[in-house]
Amino acid sequence: MIGILGKKLGMTQIFTEDGRLYPVTVVEAGPCCVIQVKTLDNDGYKAVKLGFSEVRKEKRLNRPLSGMFKKAGVRPYRILKEFPMIGLKVGELVTVGRFAKGDRVSVTGISKGKGFQGVMKRFHYAGGPGSHGSMFNRAPGSIGASSFPSRVWKNKGLPGHMGSERVTVKNLEIVGVKPDQNLLLIRGALPGAKGTYLEIKKED
Amino acid sequence: MNLLEAVEEGFKKNVTSFNVGDTVRVLVKVIEGDKERIQPFEGIVIAMRGSGTRETFMVRKVSFGIGVERIFPLCSPTIDKIEVLKRGSVRRAKLYYLRGKKGKAAKIKEKEREFASE
Repeated sequence: MIGILGKKLGMTQIFTEDGRLYPVTVVEAGPCCVIQVKTLDNDGYKAVKLGFSEVRKEKRLNRPLSGMFKKAGVRPYRILKEFPMIGLKVGELVTVGRFAKGDRVSVTGISKGKGFQGVMKRFHYAGGPGSHGSMFNRAPGSIGASSFPSRVWKNKGLPGHMGSERVTVKNLEIVGVKPDQNLLLIRGALPGAKGTYLEIKKED
Repeated sequence: MNLLEAVEEGFKKNVTSFNVGDTVRVLVKVIEGDKERIQPFEGIVIAMRGSGTRETFMVRKVSFGIGVERIFPLCSPTIDKIEVLKRGSVRRAKLYYLRGKKGKAAKIKEKEREFASE
């Protein structure tokens, strides 16, 4: 597996050579520094800890974090994530050069917050008629019948907080890589607003 | 310039600059089966909208007495070439009023002199 951390810059449209228009999300990904290598002997599993987006003021770090960076001998980074990658050493950089046009990736991020929402927006309930004297407009309706089950099922969709959750979008196509600017162009929409930090993973 | 605009800039095509009111000939690539040929579409640019790679323009012509309008994406690779035949002098950004006009009334005054920048 190849993983990298990135920041969502925004969406645009580009043409392919055969004249088709693709919606793309531009992601500033990497360079990510390897901060720690987890081994089977030491930690019980294999992974690397990647850091993205350098911290400008080192005094903002707390003691445990600054100690970790000092031990690795690297500059401090703001975003840290583990990826099950192998064959990397501490201090090595993971760049967009590991991705190629045509690769399929899955992207994880925190989605846009929608606030407290009703069942129509949150769970796509049908709602009721809008007019003709109907007073049943956007309500959920019956949530548990009287004879059976005579209670509310667990996980019944009801109004509540929507969005601001961890979302993964799978099987997205990479339509362009710009190694000199550390940019990835990924076909389709990605979770979150502009500036959201994303995990991009490619299975091999 | 932010990185997003820089990405769009890289996908832009070099086309001769033209404006609303100009008469242009758009050479469109048409794929028929496995053959490709070029089909011209000649008319007046009556509207332009969008920016970056999303910029489009609308060309109007009158073909056998029937008005035909086509919207082209400016950066599309299906456009082979855009030739500017006449530079028109207009005072509006959208020339939709031409739709209701016929013959001499639908004529656009030509620009008297070319500016050095063009």
